[in-house]
Amino acid sequence: MTALTLRNVNKSFGDVHVLKDINIDIEDGEFVVFVGPSGCGKSTLLRVIAGLEDASSGEVRIGDDLVNTTPPSKRGIAMVFQSYALYPHLNVRKNMTLALKQEKQPKEVIEERVSEASRMLNLEDYLERYPSELSGGQRQRVAIGRAIVRHPRLFLFDEPLSNLDAALRMNTRIEIANLHAQLSASMIYVTHDQTEAMTLADKIVVLRDGRVEQVGSPMELYNNPANKFVAGFLGSPAMNFLPASVLGEDGSHTIGIRPEDLKASGSGPLKATVRHVEELGGDTNVVAEMDGHTITVRMFGQFPVKQGEALSLTAPEDRRYRFDASGGRITS
Amino acid sequence: MNKARSNPLNTTLMHGALILYTLIALFPVFVILINSFKTRKAIFREPLALPNSESFSLIGYETVLKQGDFFLYFQNSFIVTVASLFFVLLFGAMAAFALSEYRFKGNTLMGLYLALGIMIPIRIGTVAILEMMVATGLVNTLWALILVYTAQGLPLAVFILSEFMRNVSDDLKNAGRIDGLSEYAIFFKLALPLVRPAMATVAVFNMIPIWNDLWFPLILAPAEEVKTLTLGSQVFIGQFVTNWNAVLSALSMAIIPVLILYVIFSRQLIRGITSGAVK
Ligand SMILES: Nc1ncnc2c1ncn2[C@@H]1O[C@H](COP(=O)(O)OP(=O)(O)OP(=O)(O)O)[C@@H](O)[C@H]1O
Ligand SMILES: [Mg+2]
Repeated sequence: MTALTLRNVNKSFGDVHVLKDINIDIEDGEFVVFVGPSGCGKSTLLRVIAGLEDASSGEVRIGDDLVNTTPPSKRGIAMVFQSYALYPHLNVRKNMTLALKQEKQPKEVIEERVSEASRMLNLEDYLERYPSELSGGQRQRVAIGRAIVRHPRLFLFDEPLSNLDAALRMNTRIEIANLHAQLSASMIYVTHDQTEAMTLADKIVVLRDGRVEQVGSPMELYNNPANKFVAGFLGSPAMNFLPASVLGEDGSHTIGIRPEDLKASGSGPLKATVRHVEELGGDTNVVAEMDGHTITVRMFGQFPVKQGEALSLTAPEDRRYRFDASGGRITS
Repeated sequence: MNKARSNPLNTTLMHGALILYTLIALFPVFVILINSFKTRKAIFREPLALPNSESFSLIGYETVLKQGDFFLYFQNSFIVTVASLFFVLLFGAMAAFALSEYRFKGNTLMGLYLALGIMIPIRIGTVAILEMMVATGLVNTLWALILVYTAQGLPLAVFILSEFMRNVSDDLKNAGRIDGLSEYAIFFKLALPLVRPAMATVAVFNMIPIWNDLWFPLILAPAEEVKTLTLGSQVFIGQFVTNWNAVLSALSMAIIPVLILYVIFSRQLIRGITSGAVK
């Protein structure tokens, strides 16, 4: 069964056309991540799904129901916001139970759901506290708890971790992954963090300027990007793009090659000069210049390269991605 | 804590300035208070002396209380002030919420229109207002005053509150919508508590002019049973003789309710600031 279907969804704010003909299907239990550069419409799309904005045209279906005109609270969704958006005047328990009381759920059900959620999220000791008395990570867990107690058909997360520091972000990311496994609910997750997208997603939707560029599993997108934008967007450090002539090819306009596919070897045909070295311990990123183009080479392990050194590189034919002048991928 | 603020010299200077200002501001009130407890002769002989066993007298208070209707005036003033403040805050906050929350055609224009009243004093329209009150039969009712003061207070209230309403987090309101709160519940339960400090400010701003106003009570509600305190006290001020004991006593008593209201609002103000809003 599908959890969410979007058909030709458009959204304009006055003259600004923000979402353009979005078509997406999300299966039951899938974890889908929306990624894209800032301002591409990820949040707007999420808000249209939630019902906080009306779609200008197109169909939004949750489960089998057409929900274009259904108010947010009746759509069977729950949302977690970047700013947590906890009710400041209610304690943690009341923050979590508000929606259930609004739905007129019986007391026992409310009680049970709160204890279930607070157990999952280790919030049992904080139930009587107010949001201002919690740390950032705890607040975010309360926000997630508030979503869980509703047993929604679809979870929506809008950059939930971007206010947390790196260590906490990793922990919470793992918690969210565990939650997804436990609840086997459908989730949509907006982020512009590569790692979150790659590690959490069953399916990634890449957006640009309000259009869907490509949909697929993380590895599909990584290994088989449909165009130059997707190729350049996923992967860190980003893919190198060079004019085909530099690599002595014709038939395509630009050639992309991932930093880890460039191999440094004494006899490599490509000559580059090292401009900058980033030693990360586990790997070494070398930024080099080749025929006036800046490229990044990712080497595993530690390499004693110095700035200004000459580097000989090979770019294996079968690891090259070829694009035409308009950025489309050429596969043959 | 910030360095400049914890510097002892700065602290002393700051407190000195504040204490000086407090003394200057409280001095007239103090003079009124002490003189209200003195005999008429003592008031004029030594206006700054404290009442002693010789000069002490409650004659002013007796006159005021014997005047009979004093409590009624008092009550009228109180009703008018509280009701006006209530409506100013309620409608002001509602308008501010609508202006800052909903996108509709003419939103900016509406905001400007509502703010226009800040620049145009309502007294210019006194004649028209009086005609309107006569036509609706509201002359000599407290409602006449309440309506006028509400209209008078709204522009500034809308202006100030919409600025604060804009700062109420969108995510919070959206979380409320997803949790099934109605727009009214979002307004009353989420937005209002967060702009409470601003509301207290607006209330304090509006309270004093309403309580002290003589103009509209004189024109719209001069009848005995709807007189406000300010208007009622005028009987003691004659063209030739003024009963100073009574005037000073009436003024002293008039301070009390304003003081109570102020204490209530300022506590709200402090609580609002310290309650820890969104993050
Ligand atoms: N209420 C609005 N009125 C007009 N334009 C809007 C409105 N909301 C969003 N936009 C525009 O829509 C575009 C997409 O905004 P959106 O918030 O969806 O971006 P995003 O992908 O979530 O970006 P980010 O990663 O920075 O959060 C932006 O160009 C923004 O200016
Ligand atoms: Mg966003």
